[in-house]
Amino acid sequence: MRRAIASLLHTLRCYPQRCLVSLLLLICALPALAQNGVDYATQTVRIALTGEPRNLNSIRATDQFSIFFLEHSMEGLLRRDAHFELVGGVAERWEMEGTTARFWLRHDALWSDGVAVTAQDFVFAWRQVVNPDVASEYASIMYPVKNAEAINQGKLPLEALGVTALDDYTLEVQLEAPTGYFLTLMSFMVYYPVREDFYLAQNGRYFADVKNMIFNGPFKITSWVHGASLRMEKNLTYWDAANITLNVIDIPYITNDSRARFNLLKEGKLAIENGLQGLEAEQLRDALANRMRIRSHSDGGLFYIEFNHRPERITHNMNLRKAMQAVLDSQELVYKAIGIAGYIPGQSLIPTYMNGVHDKFRVEYPVQMAPLDPVKAREYLALAKQELGIDKIPPIAILCDDREVAIVAAQYLQSLFKRTLDLDIKVDVQTFKLRLDKAHNGSFDMAVYAWAPDYDDPITFADLFASWNANNNGRYSNPVYDAYVRTVQGTDNQQIRMDAIGKIQQLVIDEAIILPLYERTANTVQDPRLEGVVFSQLGAGMSLTYARVVQ
Amino acid sequence: MSLVPSELSSKLSIAVSAADFAPAPHQAQRERIVRPSLSYWQDVWQRLCKNRRALSSLYIVIALLVFTLVGPWLWTQAPALQDLDAISQGPSWSSSSALVVEDPGTWPGVQGALRPREEADGQTLGATASLAVAGLPSTQYVRLYWEAVNGAQHYLIYRNDHAPESNQDLGLPLGATLTPDTLSFEDRLQLRPQTYWYSVIASDGFEEAALSTTAAITLQRAITASQARERGLDDTLGAAVALPAHPFGTDYLGRDLLARVMEGARVSLFIGIVAPLLFVSLGIIYGGIAGYFGGNLDILMMRVVDFVIALPFLLFMILFRIGFGIGPGESGIIPMLLALVLLSWPDTARLIRGQILQIRGEAYVQAARVLGAHPLYLIFRHLVPNTLGPILVTLTFAIPMAIFTEAFLSFIGMGVSPPTSSWGSLSNEGIRTMLSSPHELLFPAFFISLTVLAFNLLGDGLRDALDSRLRSRE
Amino acid sequence: MAMLRYLLKRLGVGLFTIWFIATATFTVMHLVPGNPLANERGTNATIRANLERQYGLDKPVFEQYLIYMSNMLHGDFGIAFSEENRSVNDIIREHFPVSATLGVLSLCFATVGGVLWGALAALYRNRLPDALIMFLVILGISVPSFVFAAFSQLFILKLNQWSGRSILPVAGWEGVSSMLMPALVLGLSTMAYMTRLMRSSMLDVANTDYLRTARAKGLSPTRIFFRHQLRNAILPVITVLGPAIAIITTGGFVVESVFAIPGLGRYFVQAVAQLDYTVIMGTTVFFGAFLVLMVIAVDILYGFIDPRIRLGAV
Repeated sequence: MRRAIASLLHTLRCYPQRCLVSLLLLICALPALAQNGVDYATQTVRIALTGEPRNLNSIRATDQFSIFFLEHSMEGLLRRDAHFELVGGVAERWEMEGTTARFWLRHDALWSDGVAVTAQDFVFAWRQVVNPDVASEYASIMYPVKNAEAINQGKLPLEALGVTALDDYTLEVQLEAPTGYFLTLMSFMVYYPVREDFYLAQNGRYFADVKNMIFNGPFKITSWVHGASLRMEKNLTYWDAANITLNVIDIPYITNDSRARFNLLKEGKLAIENGLQGLEAEQLRDALANRMRIRSHSDGGLFYIEFNHRPERITHNMNLRKAMQAVLDSQELVYKAIGIAGYIPGQSLIPTYMNGVHDKFRVEYPVQMAPLDPVKAREYLALAKQELGIDKIPPIAILCDDREVAIVAAQYLQSLFKRTLDLDIKVDVQTFKLRLDKAHNGSFDMAVYAWAPDYDDPITFADLFASWNANNNGRYSNPVYDAYVRTVQGTDNQQIRMDAIGKIQQLVIDEAIILPLYERTANTVQDPRLEGVVFSQLGAGMSLTYARVVQ
Repeated sequence: MSLVPSELSSKLSIAVSAADFAPAPHQAQRERIVRPSLSYWQDVWQRLCKNRRALSSLYIVIALLVFTLVGPWLWTQAPALQDLDAISQGPSWSSSSALVVEDPGTWPGVQGALRPREEADGQTLGATASLAVAGLPSTQYVRLYWEAVNGAQHYLIYRNDHAPESNQDLGLPLGATLTPDTLSFEDRLQLRPQTYWYSVIASDGFEEAALSTTAAITLQRAITASQARERGLDDTLGAAVALPAHPFGTDYLGRDLLARVMEGARVSLFIGIVAPLLFVSLGIIYGGIAGYFGGNLDILMMRVVDFVIALPFLLFMILFRIGFGIGPGESGIIPMLLALVLLSWPDTARLIRGQILQIRGEAYVQAARVLGAHPLYLIFRHLVPNTLGPILVTLTFAIPMAIFTEAFLSFIGMGVSPPTSSWGSLSNEGIRTMLSSPHELLFPAFFISLTVLAFNLLGDGLRDALDSRLRSRE
Repeated sequence: MAMLRYLLKRLGVGLFTIWFIATATFTVMHLVPGNPLANERGTNATIRANLERQYGLDKPVFEQYLIYMSNMLHGDFGIAFSEENRSVNDIIREHFPVSATLGVLSLCFATVGGVLWGALAALYRNRLPDALIMFLVILGISVPSFVFAAFSQLFILKLNQWSGRSILPVAGWEGVSSMLMPALVLGLSTMAYMTRLMRSSMLDVANTDYLRTARAKGLSPTRIFFRHQLRNAILPVITVLGPAIAIITTGGFVVESVFAIPGLGRYFVQAVAQLDYTVIMGTTVFFGAFLVLMVIAVDILYGFIDPRIRLGAV
């Protein structure tokens, strides 16, 4: 041991510079480099994400993270303001009449390289969205535009799309049918402009990396280290830059470990957590114990049990479904088993936040719930057995993905149906893609499924079980239901539309087409110096565009 | 260093007579061998017993097996039984008593007349004048009602575990009323028998009022009449009934953790013991064939071993797990077992082949072969007994490895499929609630650690006991 | 010359092994029933067909295999399914250095710690320090890494709260300070194994003739300890470096996930859930190739260090 110390002293004596350098290195390395969640002087906020954007190309983007970045860095004809009201974006003025919409673009709307945003940029982008070779998954959102569906199926050329640039600053859109909610679509990403020359110059790598990006929105993406961090900075060429306070939105952490993220928040390294997905139960308890201000907002997701209505499946039998409906208490599921504050027990296909004619839809069209009644349930079950000609219902598979809440729900249902109806339920937990594949192929009896609204109109939920809807995984098919959906889609008279949706809401309950489980709520905590964050049920769910850091 | 026993033979010269060749008479009194003859295995056993650490691990292993196999008969709570009123409860040995109350959902709530905001501008939204509870506040439900506030569009209800310090500290946002004339709220969100501070705050649709009203409410443990009926308890309202105790606490669905750990033990130990048995046997057969026949067959077979060993183990475990797929209601034990066997046999095969090659070269085997011994005789008389020691050690060390692999895969969600539980999946579920209910992580993690520890120490002890080098030192 | 021939032979076998890994991965991958192109939203048949054509999934499996193999020969792992604009090569290039840094760091921890603690335990054989170290070793071997990871993060948090400043970051990957704890946690079990190995190896050496001779010569105990005992005892520890690299570089999933480290291991687990064919294949083949090379490297290193081992003999 003595020798070791002696040799150390020897090194110190002979190579003082080297020792000094290594000491300095050690000192530099030790203090944590991470910065604070909010900074007043530079108007910077830092947040964490649970995953990375999959594809930032607005033509093909699908995931929440991509939408989050696109909503901050791009702008469509219309946009959402600080109160989530629909206001003019690139379009200064607009006019809608029957199946024709006309938009007048503002002249000061510029791309981040200083070139003006023109009507041709919209025409190009929209044609690409429905281009079958591009294979955009959100192409169906474009279907209200004339010929969009036919083009998307390869039956018509791209030029047939009902959108024309009358001049550089005037855009005219022809619709398939009067569409009441068409204007609300204008702030959705597939309707964003794309500049043809820039797009083609990227050689298929449009928005693949920072150097392949061009923006017309309030922020610019200035750095993207894959899997690690992203950064947005204020876009000074944006026409309304004067009303944007934040300079930097920094995302230095990408991790799906909720505990790690919350620990960062407690350390003051994050401005808000978890703005996009909401806190999990454990982090909520932690926030409570630390006396943090907890805010909650509906994130739009409606969770329900989807039945497989294919004739060869046992769940095709309505009485069996109604038996399950009569014992399923969504309140017990939400309040006791899931236990996350703010979740709303599911009652209807149309969530509580959706708007009707003048008020909330659910206030105007209250749900007539099927009563909880175990005795009645057993009668339904006996009837089902009789109709199916069997003594015992064979095991029923319930498909769910491997997220915690889904597994909790599936296990709760398994226990519930066993206890009350003596049904054998087999839980089928699959990883994300396998679950989707099984759902699309119809290899399930029941599935825990979720739907989030694409636009601000109840039809985004109500048309789910139309026989032609590609998302109707259970292949429910009922001419009455289809007729209601056609009524809604064929007119822009709100009263007629909402009446039909009200009938759909009731039909879903009467025939137990699905069993609503809950409406998801996102609970967040944020730095008290951060103000003006806008939460919504649409798109990414959180906007920092009009946020600011106060002292 | 102990001494080698000295040779006992001595040289004596004796005169030989014919009588010496007569058969010896049957003597009752014969020389007795004082020390009993010890077979190799008896010797190993003795030395294992001298190793205190190894012996106590052996006891632990036996205790774990008893816990797994006999435990469910002694602790009769069903591992799948959900008690949603006892979610994530800490460990308790004594049973608790609860009051029987009427079922929830029977309360119509309180509707009030709509009170428009008075015309006077600049008047801010006030706090409600009163906040009260209807009926008995219990862990089944708390029924709050309050007085209307002028101009309120809806009301937000908060709940806290401690007295709020300010409007920034109201606690959990339980929800909001949908309409302005709803003046009541029924809270059922995971209630515990404790005091809660409820706050109600009015909102004009955009902003919350600056003032809130808070009431402290203490809850009593209760179960509903229908739950009592289902469990065969006294269901008269107001009766006190006893609820079962949970020595290890409960999990996120109120299931008894002791029962679940026992159930998980069966899965973990099953995989931990059966997988090594299978892949070690496979390895023995494979390595035995390669070693016994030698030549080109050996070279070819060992090449395959090299290939399989080169596969990144954990990556392939995960790949196999999704490759085999898990159907509805399947536990995922069989795919994991298969994957473990497919990837783990080469180590044993290599070891056995080496042993066989070595033993085959020993003089006594050569001699037996020259004497015309049947190959089967050679295998069972010489090769098998002599390789049994290393096999046993390999097996003992393979068990903790398999248990760890299972735990790791279940932990990242690629192991057994819910509702099947294993120690790994229990840990995975427990780690999410590590702060609020650490027992859900600690118990399964403790059992994993204990088992791995016991098998490792037992393996150490066995190796030492089997080691002939150490034997000669005694 | 013999050395070169040996090296070439090992590399040749290594290439063959990598081919085997690639084939095995491809086979398992295509056994999986799902479809990597499945999405939350249903799409029409034209679009599905177009997507499949873009990724070459419309071709027969064997043709896909040939295409994949020939691309791989050119060093091209294809384009990721889940991030449509990134090539798997880019993903590996960006994320592997992170995993490698973490792995090297934890390997350093493990080796230095293992040698140090093992030597100490042997030095104080059957006394208190030995008992203490061996107890910690047992703990390190028996407690699963996810438990360590979770508790160490909790520890950092409490430490920072208690001291009122950020001594170590809770998570993330910036600067050396954020690497310390994850590397320690990741290297813990390897360190425990190495400590055990080092201790028994030290005791073995203690019984050798040359050590007795050295003692008899009257050399100072410290000199015997460092020059004779430690140096010879380290040799067996090097043999486990190969497998240790394997365990550490591919076993980082948990640590990478808990500490929010953008490593390749975490990427792999995500890719499996996303059924991202190309990323899964690319990472597995890359890891496999890396391990094969590492094992060869360790063997050669061992040959240099221990002159008793002759490379040609294998």
